[in-house]
This record gives sequence, structure tokens and C-alpha cells, in this order.
Amino acid sequence: MAHAQSHTKRIWNVFWILSAITIVEVILGIYKPDVLHLTSFLGTSPLNWLFIILTLAKAYGITWSFMHMEGEKTWFRRAVVWTAVFLIIYLVTLLLIEGDYLYSTLAPLVRW
Amino acid sequence: MEANIAVPNDNKPTWGGGGVKPFGASYGKMMMWFFIVSDALTFSAFLAAYGLTRFKFIDSWPIADEVFTHVPFVHGEFPMIYVAFMTFVLIASSVTMVLAVDAGHQMNKNKVTVYMLLTIIGGIIFVGSQAWEWNTFINGTYGAVKTTDGKILQFTKQSGVDKDGNAIFKQIALADFVVGDRGNARVQHTKGNGLWFEDEGTISQYSIAQIISSYEGNPDIQIRTELIDLDKKQKTILSREKGAEELAKTRLIVEGANLEVNEYGNTIFADFFFFITGFHGFHVFSGIIFNIIVFFNVIVGTYEKRGHYEMVEKVGLYWHFVDLVWVFVFTFFYLV
Repeated sequence: MAHAQSHTKRIWNVFWILSAITIVEVILGIYKPDVLHLTSFLGTSPLNWLFIILTLAKAYGITWSFMHMEGEKTWFRRAVVWTAVFLIIYLVTLLLIEGDYLYSTLAPLVRW
Repeated sequence: MEANIAVPNDNKPTWGGGGVKPFGASYGKMMMWFFIVSDALTFSAFLAAYGLTRFKFIDSWPIADEVFTHVPFVHGEFPMIYVAFMTFVLIASSVTMVLAVDAGHQMNKNKVTVYMLLTIIGGIIFVGSQAWEWNTFINGTYGAVKTTDGKILQFTKQSGVDKDGNAIFKQIALADFVVGDRGNARVQHTKGNGLWFEDEGTISQYSIAQIISSYEGNPDIQIRTELIDLDKKQKTILSREKGAEELAKTRLIVEGANLEVNEYGNTIFADFFFFITGFHGFHVFSGIIFNIIVFFNVIVGTYEKRGHYEMVEKVGLYWHFVDLVWVFVFTFFYLV
């Protein structure tokens, strides 16, 4: 446990990367370029996909570096990450499909 | 069998960090990770439910840019800025936390103390910001009306034209255009001044008749409905005639937000906002408490005596998880 090696430099690098990603997200969120925002790609706008990808990149940075997942034993890492990722993808997929179905069923009944 | 059972083999009890270490991780750290997995599933269930509901009302969901536009001490509309600041604070406090863990590996008590303190301060700033955000959300900015068929109508005024010559409409507050006398003024009933009377909902500042007559008297005002124009991804602005027709169905004047009604649109949008950011805020709050406990333990030298700073690492994991969740809440509530 007491190996004196310090990772300070790396920690700050990750911090700057995460901050830069956040800044990019915010700029895109404020300006919402029409090419990305008003077009559609795989069910939603490319802008939304970009946000989701950048979010996953941030999540990876936090988990791997800050939570030090990279230093854990391979199968411990997998026990945590694979379980969570699989169940979350499963749940989100089902619920979003269901939401879409509810929309297609209920929206025609709403008069605007 | 023996490899699967946590038999202490170094004369230290399991809770004290001894015993067999499956996966090379100590008992406490491993359980923290498994707790984080289950907590992550809870949060993703909330966010997935939010996604389901949003998909269900995909053509009328509130647009976050029009809801979260305020920055403390500054007038005007700055979508995203404040929540970006909050995100930044949380990431920064994650960094100080991981620096504390790093200093703990080097058994550097002073450094751990300083970094823990900075982490706690970051957490408090974040929770304070969230409280402010809630306050702004609950009080509302513009006010709107709700119709008998459950739709929210907001009021706008043309503020200019875009490069294609289409009119740009900007939302205005009830106070900006409602004139005249409310016509049915009376004192708000309270529990204290009636024998049988229990309570009543807040009497709004304006009356429905007053809003309708102000709308009719001011040709600049146009009504915005919740319906999203999918080509422009903006809310639909009604013509004056159609607006008057909708406004005639007014049932309720809405200023601000609570769990039953809100001026931003779908009721359930505010419910999810309170529920998800509230649950996250509660996590931040408990994280601050844990950090404070560990902070004092560091000061009195508990971990110095114990020979390792693993407890800092464990609360660190929790703290980073709170940051991790916020990254997703930020994306799905404010960006997407």
C-alpha cells in the first residue's frame, strides 16, 4: 500500500481533459449548430449522440483514473463494469422502446 | 472452498482490513464497489424512467435551455452557464479527493488534510448551488397559465427576426403585460382565520379575467404552447386568434413549480427534476458528511496509527461516484 510513487501529474492531466470535454459540451449546448441539431442520425440528432459519447468519455476518465479502476485486478474490474454496463444498457433499451410505443399510442389522442 | 471464504489469516479481523483478499481488494473497498454498482443501477433506473417519460411526451417536453437560464447575481439569460460551473466544481472536488488519496499512499498527513478540506469545500459549494437552482426553479421566472385540458400556455413577444426573416419570439413574464385590476380581490384564507376552514391554494397575483383582457388589449403578445415544432426544435407560437381560443380555456395561473403543476410544461418534468437532482443532492450531502468524518479522523491521526489511509480511498470512491452520476444527470437533464 505504501509505495511512495506519486501520480499527481497524471491526475491533473485527467482533470484538464475532463474540463475541456465539459467546456466543449457547454459550447455546443449553447450554440447548438443547426447542422448537428436539426438533422437526424440513428433516431436522434448527431448533437445528442455527441453529448452521449462525450459523457461516456468523461465517465471512463472518472472511473478509470480517479476511481483507479485501471489498477484493480482484471476480473474484479469486469465484475463491476460488465455487470453495471450490461444491466444499464438492457434497462435503458427496454424503457426507451416502451416510451416510444407510449408516444405512438397516446400522441394521436392529444389535440393541440 | 477455502479460497472463497474470507478467513482472517493475518490475525486481523476482516472489518479491520485483514483476512483473505479476493481479487486483491480489501473487504471494505470491494463492498464499496458493489454498493456503487447497486447505486448506479438505482440512478440509471431513475434516468431511464426519465427517458421513457420524455419519449412518451417527445413532442411537448420542456426545452432545458428555456428552463435553466439563470446565474446568481446577474440579470439576463445564460442557459447552461451555471450548471456548467456546478459540473466544474464537482470535477475539481473529485481531483482534490484523488490528490488526497495519492497523498495518503505517501503517508503525507498534512497533504491529505488540506486536500480533504478542499474536497469538502467543493462539495458544499455544489450543494449550495443546487439549493439556489431549486429555489430559482420553484419560484419560476415568467409565469404561465394552465388550461382545462392540462396544457401550459406561456406568453411571448416578438424580439426580432432571424437571418431567414422569421420572427423570433422571447418569453415574457405575466408582470410584463398584465394590466388593470384583478376584479375579484380578496384576502387569502389561512387555517388561523376560519373555524371549519382548513386551507386553500395560493391566490395568484392576477386573475384569469385580467390576463385574458390584457392579452386581448395588447396585440404584441402571442401565446406559446408546449407543442414542439420538430423541424426547428422550438415550441410552437400560436396566432393571435388561436391563442385567444386556447386562453379562453384557462383554469389556473401558474407561477413557479411544485410537484403538482409547473410553469415550464409537463408536470412530470418538474417531478423528475426534483426527484433526480434531489436524490443526487442527497448523495452529495451524505458524501460531505463522510468526508468531514474522515477529515477529522485524518487530523487526529487515526489512519496514521492504522498504518494506511485506505478509508480515504473508500470515501473517495463514493465521492467520485457522486461526480460520475452528476456527469450523466448533466447530460440528460440539461444538454440532450
